[in-house]
Amino acid sequence: MKMLKKIWAWIDDRSGITEMLNPLIKHLVPPGSKWSYVFGSATLFCLVLQVITGVALSLLYQPSSSDAYQSLQFITHQAKFGNLLRGIHYFGASAMIIMVGIHMIRVYITAAYKYPREMGWISGVLLLFLTIAMGFTGQLLRWDSNGVWSSVVAAEQLGRIPLIGKLAARLLMGGNTVGGHTLSRFYSYHVFVIPAILFILVAFHLMLVIRNGISEPPKMGRPVDPKTYRQWYKDMLAKVGVPFWPYSAWRDILFGAATIIAIIALAYIYGPPELTQPPNPAYIYTNPKPDWYMLAIFSLFALMPPKIESVVIFVGPVLTVLILLCLPFISHKGERSALRRPWAVFGSICVIVFVFSLFLLGEQSAWSPQFTAKPLTPTAIHSSDTLVIHGAALLYQRGCLYCHKVDNTGGLKGPELTNIARRLSDEDLRVRIVNGGTNMPAYGGILKKEDLTAIIAFLNTRK
Amino acid sequence: MTENQTDNTRRAFFVKLSLGLSALSAFVAGIPVISALLAPLLEKTPEVWRKVADLDDFAIGAVKLVTFENADPEAWAGITASSAAWLRRESESTFTAFSVNCTHLGCPVRWEEGAQLFMCPCHGGVYYKDGTVASGPPPKALVQYRVRINKQQIQIQTAPVPITTL
Repeated sequence: MKMLKKIWAWIDDRSGITEMLNPLIKHLVPPGSKWSYVFGSATLFCLVLQVITGVALSLLYQPSSSDAYQSLQFITHQAKFGNLLRGIHYFGASAMIIMVGIHMIRVYITAAYKYPREMGWISGVLLLFLTIAMGFTGQLLRWDSNGVWSSVVAAEQLGRIPLIGKLAARLLMGGNTVGGHTLSRFYSYHVFVIPAILFILVAFHLMLVIRNGISEPPKMGRPVDPKTYRQWYKDMLAKVGVPFWPYSAWRDILFGAATIIAIIALAYIYGPPELTQPPNPAYIYTNPKPDWYMLAIFSLFALMPPKIESVVIFVGPVLTVLILLCLPFISHKGERSALRRPWAVFGSICVIVFVFSLFLLGEQSAWSPQFTAKPLTPTAIHSSDTLVIHGAALLYQRGCLYCHKVDNTGGLKGPELTNIARRLSDEDLRVRIVNGGTNMPAYGGILKKEDLTAIIAFLNTRK
Repeated sequence: MTENQTDNTRRAFFVKLSLGLSALSAFVAGIPVISALLAPLLEKTPEVWRKVADLDDFAIGAVKLVTFENADPEAWAGITASSAAWLRRESESTFTAFSVNCTHLGCPVRWEEGAQLFMCPCHGGVYYKDGTVASGPPPKALVQYRVRINKQQIQIQTAPVPITTL
């Protein structure tokens, strides 16, 4: 033991580890920085977990367009603890996005982005988008048919950039089509390019925390004044500050550890998402859908008015980033307390409700045709009239049930047809079916006159 | 010139030399790096004719999904080297080939024979049998491939994934 102490003393003396780390570990923080402050460090815990599990996955994963799918099957179903490893990486990504989101909301609600912490906010905004980019590129590395088609969807979005859209899309896919270069590129983005930028920004973000100090809990009637704030903060710390380790850090460590345990538990219970079909771009019977954190955007693409959509796909993200980056320049001083900033609280709630609603809508995806809809059963048809039976059969054969529901069968895109004849006359039904509408094809050129009569006859039985 | 002045001139020269050489080495090393980054834009992909079916396989009015190999597949591309198209026989001698990519966001559209419509699973885009938009968010009609008949074979000219621009 004595020997070990001597060795450590030598290493510490020559390397200056304690001398370097002590001021960081023991720097003073404001009292009262309690549980609401743990989400930033929890994000960091998740990042470390992602790095470690990512490195482990890279030992088993084959980043080649032709072999990646098989290697993922191997990791998921054969490799010892491979399933758990993939699961941890998957739930770790989700947890990181949740933590970074909560951290950002906390910083906004408590106006911790105000003087002198503007750069902390700016680097944080960039880190938020890099985290989402990591999530998205990671989803593509699953390299099943969902991954292949998601990369095409991403390329299409880049295609909306004015002037250079096609070039950007081609650059993303690694060529004119999905192929050998596509996965290599996404692998490089996910494993090297984005993490390199992420690590630099994380280091910068942490350095700013040390330089400017953790923001003190806001107090009503104590506005930030850039002229006096630094001195006031310094005096406050000298008077009532507590060392970060151990009086404040224990909460971060406890919450971070609990987060990691929860991630591992979820991975153990639910496992990673199962792969869909092999990555064959010629296989089209698939329904590409992003992971949950991109579902809100997925919904937005379905619900936006088509006329403005192409513009919004480009302008929306640019404007969002710009507004977030500009925030500390628009409001860099004054009140920090949420009680004196009701509009900030209201705005945050609106954004949360909006995003969560879009997420729920995305889960339901009512706008997607329900290709699995089954023909109506004799019980649902409830008639022996051949015309009515024919009409009911046509609802299935002509794809009406993909979008319309009759009793418990059918899609949700269009209005339910169960009792539609109570609302619409024969003529109204005929006009709507023949001419279609904003969200319905005109069936005039598809249905024969007698087919139309049969469908209306069926709908009329359900008045 | 004093010894001190000579030293300063020398130092200034070496500072400039070190910065200049660093910039030069970064520039030279950067060429292949940028080249790798921009490789997809620097390489030209040929457009070639691929056989997708025999003429006898198609009845007039039939619509089938055909698959073909991309123009210039890499040796390691595996099954990702394939593409697909919807091919319709319009008459004895004319065919129409539609890209499977929805013009909204590129998802794979399906031909629904009973409904005589192309439908997209992602955001509910629907197209008529001639490829024009029937409903939903797609901003334009399905993109078509060039088709030809050569020695009783139906051939499609390969093309990039259609990217919808502003």
